[in-house]
Amino acid sequence: MQLNAYLIALKGILTREFLRFVQQRTRFFSALVRPLLWLVVFAAGFRAALGVSIIPPYQTYITYETYILPGLCCMILLFNGMQSSLSMVYDREMGSMKVLLMSPLPRSWLLLCKLIAIALLSLAQVYAFIGLGFLVDVEPPLIGLLTVLPALLLTAVMLGAIGLFLSARIRQLENFAGVMNFVIFPMFFLSSALYPLWKMRESSEWLYWVCSFNPFTHAVELVRFALYAELNLTALLVTGGTALVFTALALLGFNPEQTAGGKRR
Amino acid sequence: MRKPPFVQTLLLSALLASPAAHAAKAYVSNEKDNTLSVIDLASLTVTDTIDVGERPRGIALSKDHSKLFICASDSDTVQVMDLATHRIIANLPSGEDPEQFSLHPDNRRLYIANEDDALVTVVDTESHEVLAQIEVGVEPEGMAVSPDGRWAVNTSETTSMLHWIDTETHQLIDNTLVDQRPRHVEFSRDGAVLWASSEIGGTVSVIDVASREIMQKLTFKIRGIHPDKIQPVGVKLSADGRYAFVALGPANHVAVVDAKTYEVLDYLLVGSRVWHMEFTPDQQYLLTTNGVSGDVSVIDVDALKVVKSIKVGRYPWGVVTLD
Repeated sequence: MQLNAYLIALKGILTREFLRFVQQRTRFFSALVRPLLWLVVFAAGFRAALGVSIIPPYQTYITYETYILPGLCCMILLFNGMQSSLSMVYDREMGSMKVLLMSPLPRSWLLLCKLIAIALLSLAQVYAFIGLGFLVDVEPPLIGLLTVLPALLLTAVMLGAIGLFLSARIRQLENFAGVMNFVIFPMFFLSSALYPLWKMRESSEWLYWVCSFNPFTHAVELVRFALYAELNLTALLVTGGTALVFTALALLGFNPEQTAGGKRR
Repeated sequence: MRKPPFVQTLLLSALLASPAAHAAKAYVSNEKDNTLSVIDLASLTVTDTIDVGERPRGIALSKDHSKLFICASDSDTVQVMDLATHRIIANLPSGEDPEQFSLHPDNRRLYIANEDDALVTVVDTESHEVLAQIEVGVEPEGMAVSPDGRWAVNTSETTSMLHWIDTETHQLIDNTLVDQRPRHVEFSRDGAVLWASSEIGGTVSVIDVASREIMQKLTFKIRGIHPDKIQPVGVKLSADGRYAFVALGPANHVAVVDAKTYEVLDYLLVGSRVWHMEFTPDQQYLLTTNGVSGDVSVIDVDALKVVKSIKVGRYPWGVVTLD
């Protein structure tokens, strides 16, 4: 297979995702409204929630809004990753996935293209959100806007891979509510997105341990450090490792042996 | 917030190239530890901790920056530290429970507020003699001498007054009533205006020195913080006359005020119970002592951003800086 064909497939999938994104403009805004509500409304009532403590990467006291910004960026990536899994189930029901999978290219490449497309579109939303954050005095250093890019990309790939992995197992659109209840909410709330882990530990030791094993916690911390031009190596390794594992599992899930209505002879 | 490593390296090498900046230090009195923390202003780290008398609060430099005067409140003395050796070379007869003081431009007379005795004691820092004791209101606290040396102004917390003392005669000339619990007074560079904070009143009065009348009263309001917690204490005016910074105590914020229009421009989040403040010699940073959280926050004056908080001893109170 020529390299050209791979690129044509990448371009095709990127264009399709982009067009879908443009046509669903409300999706873009709803993806921004959700974290904005958290930032403006929820955080307003929790200004004193952090108590007195300076935790890395911060050098001084911060407002609650500043604390939750990285978590909310990851929230955008999380919802987009899961939404993409929803669109895969939709594609499967509508039959358009069959058209895609008929391509002679390896499925792994097609899925990777899909992952990249989801990640890039999510990034645009995250940057728009960070931009809006400046309006409410949440101002990470400008260099951080650059250094956070690879962290966001890796997080988007990790969450997209988890989404794809799930979509390979969800047969019907109706089951998506289950994904919300059993994946998105626990992942988000049992992480350091809303409260630092030391605060979790104050209330419950087991909650602290659950949170510290949640890969989403590490994704949030990776983004938090990168936003202040610092590297959190543990977070990088966990996020990278999780991304690799779930990409592999997603590829396995979309293996022809597993799809097309069951076993294939 | 934090500068990236390569920018820090650049800044650090630039600072190292300039010996004056390299030597710049801050001394912070730690009320509950009976120590002073020494902060290197190039690296913004604590480099030394020095034992001093009991409950050190107000601290001030001699005009030639060779000595540091320390109000050791529970030792009932003002200690004189030689800054070259960090040794205490004298204990001045300050009267009981000295809290704040101010050095006259003549570099000799020290005006000390004696909180428990309702007195202001004037001490000659060279002969170590008490030159005068002036009766003022109940619980005297804040102390400032005007840049021309004519006035010594003391605040009394319970009487809620500013007491104007003529430094020639050491007589109390006038009183100005301000809001409840005045804590600190600060003269403008030209000596024409006096800023006085009222802790319980929650206000800062701006006073015309010529008439000794209040010409402006500032109030503060921070979103999400109960008004009772807004208790102005320390006041500092930038050398260029642009800003006045007001430490708001348990509100954990420093108010930035336009020193010309008296408009409150911003509130900067610092540590708990922010008390007193001092500019670095180059006016690039303003340091704040945060009593309850036991640290010093560093405010970038141009950017009006808090860039760092440095852990010091327990209950940091006063701060001075020198080249």
